[in-house]
Amino acid sequence: MAGTAVFQRLTWLPATVADVVTETPRARTLLLAVPGWPGHRAGQHVDVRLTAPDGYQASRAYSLASAPGEGPALTVVRVEDGEVSPYLVDVASPGDRLEVRGPVGGYFVWEPAPPYRPVLLVGGGSGVVPLRAMLRHRARLGDTTPMRLLYSVRDPASVIYRDELVRQADLVTFHYTRTAPPDAPHAPGRIDRATLERTSRPAAEEPIAYVCGPTGFVEHVAALLLDLGYPAPAIRTERFG
Amino acid sequence: MGIVSSGFTGRREADHRLPPGQYETHDFPVLSAGPTPFISLAEWTFTVVSELGARQRWSWDELMRLPQSHPEVDIHCVTRWSKFGTRWTGVSLDLLLADVETGADYAVAYSHGGYTTNLPLEDLLDGKAWIVHEFDGEPLSPSHGGPARLLVPHLYFWKSAKWIQGLRLHTVDEPGFWETAGYHNYGDPWREQRYWGD
Amino acid sequence: MTELDANSAAGPLTLLFGRDVTLAVGICAMCGTTGPLGETVMYGPAPGTVLRCPQCSNVLMTIVEAPDRLLATMPGLRLLSVPTGGTS
Repeated sequence: MAGTAVFQRLTWLPATVADVVTETPRARTLLLAVPGWPGHRAGQHVDVRLTAPDGYQASRAYSLASAPGEGPALTVVRVEDGEVSPYLVDVASPGDRLEVRGPVGGYFVWEPAPPYRPVLLVGGGSGVVPLRAMLRHRARLGDTTPMRLLYSVRDPASVIYRDELVRQADLVTFHYTRTAPPDAPHAPGRIDRATLERTSRPAAEEPIAYVCGPTGFVEHVAALLLDLGYPAPAIRTERFG
Repeated sequence: MGIVSSGFTGRREADHRLPPGQYETHDFPVLSAGPTPFISLAEWTFTVVSELGARQRWSWDELMRLPQSHPEVDIHCVTRWSKFGTRWTGVSLDLLLADVETGADYAVAYSHGGYTTNLPLEDLLDGKAWIVHEFDGEPLSPSHGGPARLLVPHLYFWKSAKWIQGLRLHTVDEPGFWETAGYHNYGDPWREQRYWGD
Repeated sequence: MTELDANSAAGPLTLLFGRDVTLAVGICAMCGTTGPLGETVMYGPAPGTVLRCPQCSNVLMTIVEAPDRLLATMPGLRLLSVPTGGTS
């Protein structure tokens, strides 16, 4: 596997929207066809550039939602007054063209490797996207590294990849912060130490954690994990500023 | 694409309002390199500090009691979007600088959150700049720089510092945040002065 | 406010350094916090990439992409250690 010693040349690659999947009222997954796509690692992301008919350009970064070996896919959540996300969520259709640059990122990636430390994935809102890529990667490999996703969302309607995650109920815990479904085991609220303790492997197993989401969420969860005994280097974080 | 008649541009009304390399937008994109500060009106002040350290300060109420202007201007962001006919309410810098005794040629606008931007003092005078607190008739939202921002539409919009706290006048030019980071020191959209070295 | 879905600095950082540096370790010149660039905070969208210290918000690094060049500053990094894959 290429490490940091390898020169990486980044250029904008033409991409075509191959298919779109509506995930929630605000989120959509776009499957892209990118000739020359070099492949990616679970957790990496790409820069996406749109060009308007008059030539105006805007670019944003999005995590890859697909596993290594699958074509590149992005899950985009519509941001109010956003410049790029409304187009990707509401307008982009199969056949539409855009550009991607990447994949990039070597810090927030996972692949199975000795000593196969158990993995805790904690995602807040759209932070679940790179974590889903990790879950899919593990499943495609048939890998048995212990892995669990704790997915924090406002309410059931905000759950992205619902069907897929529900099918992996033994690996996925949903945590609702505002409105929980009637059969939820716990009242809605912020993730607390007890929730993490229930979903994490014990410190003696030397688990590692990947935490992704809004900055406040990530900092809150990271502090709780430190409290639980995770050493700082065992916590990887990706903050959406 | 069909046959292109080289050199033909037709009659495009908006073109003379668009600086080179810009594109018209009807949105109002929000750009920021730091967290949005939230400032209470009770604590808000605007200060002008001269090169000798002399200060003049206005509270929010004092700013509101000054004669208000309603500039309607085109704005141009260095990221290439331009918005025509934006409407603001605020106080002209001519008014705020009228009683300031200074021999300084330069100013640095400084904001809550640490942002700064520099410009020649003369670019703030003669009807070219305002401290504005309303956009489109509504109080300026925090994401767009509210309660008040500097408005200097003849330069790229990064010079129109959001969350303005005050102006420091200097006898030497002191590059601000984006100027230090590689953007142009002056930033004239009509000469396309985007980056250092342009 | 932010439209960014990931640590968007990775693209411009890779352009500048020619390799992935999200694992490179930096020391904040303001508060001394030491950590990988992948843990720095970026707000946006902005006219340039601005990396801030996750502890004190000090500006560590800026990268501006012009059509024909990259402009970079590292005002808030006291040190940057970039692994090269060689053996120590």
